[in-house]
Amino acid sequence: MEKKTRTNTFVEEISAVPGGEGIRLCIQCGTCTASCPSADRMEHTPSQLIAMVRAGMREEVLSSNAMWYCLSCYLCTVRCPRGIKLTDLMHAFEGIAVREHLSHGRTLTPAMYRSFSDFVYSLGSLPEVGFMAWFYLLTNPLRALRMLPVVLSLLKHRRLSIRARRLTPEGTKQLKAILDKAESLGGVA
Amino acid sequence: MKYYTYFPGCSCSHGGAKAYGWSTQAVSKILAMELIELEDWNCCGSTPYNSIDELASFCLSARNLALAEKRGFDLVTPCSSCYVMLNRTNSHLKEYPQVKAKVDEALAAGNLEYGGTVRARHLLDVLINDIGYDEISSKVERNLSGLKVAPYYGCQIVRPRLGFDHPEFPQSLDKLIASLGGEPVPFPLKSRCCGGALIISEETLVLDLIRKLLDCAVSNGAECLVTVCPLCQTNLDAYQSRVNKRYKTNFSLPILFFTQLMGLAFGLSDEDLGLKTNIVSSKEVLAQCL
Repeated sequence: MEKKTRTNTFVEEISAVPGGEGIRLCIQCGTCTASCPSADRMEHTPSQLIAMVRAGMREEVLSSNAMWYCLSCYLCTVRCPRGIKLTDLMHAFEGIAVREHLSHGRTLTPAMYRSFSDFVYSLGSLPEVGFMAWFYLLTNPLRALRMLPVVLSLLKHRRLSIRARRLTPEGTKQLKAILDKAESLGGVA
Repeated sequence: MKYYTYFPGCSCSHGGAKAYGWSTQAVSKILAMELIELEDWNCCGSTPYNSIDELASFCLSARNLALAEKRGFDLVTPCSSCYVMLNRTNSHLKEYPQVKAKVDEALAAGNLEYGGTVRARHLLDVLINDIGYDEISSKVERNLSGLKVAPYYGCQIVRPRLGFDHPEFPQSLDKLIASLGGEPVPFPLKSRCCGGALIISEETLVLDLIRKLLDCAVSNGAECLVTVCPLCQTNLDAYQSRVNKRYKTNFSLPILFFTQLMGLAFGLSDEDLGLKTNIVSSKEVLAQCL
């Protein structure tokens, strides 16, 4: 009985997220998994994730590394014969995992996304150099050394600028007010 | 003269793809398009913000759309990621009343309103549908004499179904290349993903995707490849040497923004188009035909 309740709750939770409503339509054909450029890196493939949601395996899904390998290329979404928006499902899993601080230590992508978003939140724009430097510093400074040749060639070709684009003071204030309000509203669902 | 509100996005304005921004403006002038930059725009948040906090990322785009709505023109961007985020926001606001209610509430905190009337379009869509292949062809001053070009669309310009071209086998860029006097080579991976921002966090995964794309283009006879997205260009261009090192290959395929190829055909100079900012040199390949 307890298990059944748990199952229903997770499917309902995901169905309520915009884009997640199609999850009950899945026929497990595997087209999404076969189309995915990064399925072989995922602990659970896209079609497995759907089956796991329907089996109520909330923690296993949300603490896995799978959705963090989604490249948002939408190939699964346009190919799904049942019209399930798989890319939106991946974003739904990511969003809940972030809000609940669920561990996903087997990929650096959440940390990369987090440093990207922090810069955009603070500045309203993305300074590419600062963002990359910050990410490497937080995760693995040694990897930054390996990237030196790429960075040098970008510099040589005037592709890197240190200065960030800034919004007007009014624009910055306005954007902050909007984003802070959004954060207080507790997600899309 | 046709008027548009212009959304360059971070990469094409202050970031690594400034040459895409320059060449977009240069080509637009020749085609009598006025791209007026949206004042005080903010970053679209791209895939990272969308993954971390979807509601906030819709608010990022909704602010830009609300600012653009005051102008009344279509909002045009050369960046596929900005394009997908602006469109995702528009479609979520239409489809999901609960998202609209929350986004409206957040916008109100910044004294903004968005009525949902702005069309967000990719530059390629505008060029082929508002200007047209014939008009583009009529501006050609330099013969590309059959330069073999791989037309690379990547993912987010055609997917999810955003309307102006086929989600897996698009043709618009192929035809554009032909209208410039170039020869679009068959390119089966034309709408496959370059790996995007995961080049930073999952390098080996993405290098493998880049290798497949380069291999596909070269084995189909391409002398250069054109992209419609700043991130695709950066991945294929700046990381080509990493691919060569990892897979012991020797790719040397120039990766151009499609507006750079247009500008070359229109007779514009290296400087106007920022060709020197491309990492794999295009000098030799272009010298043969110009």
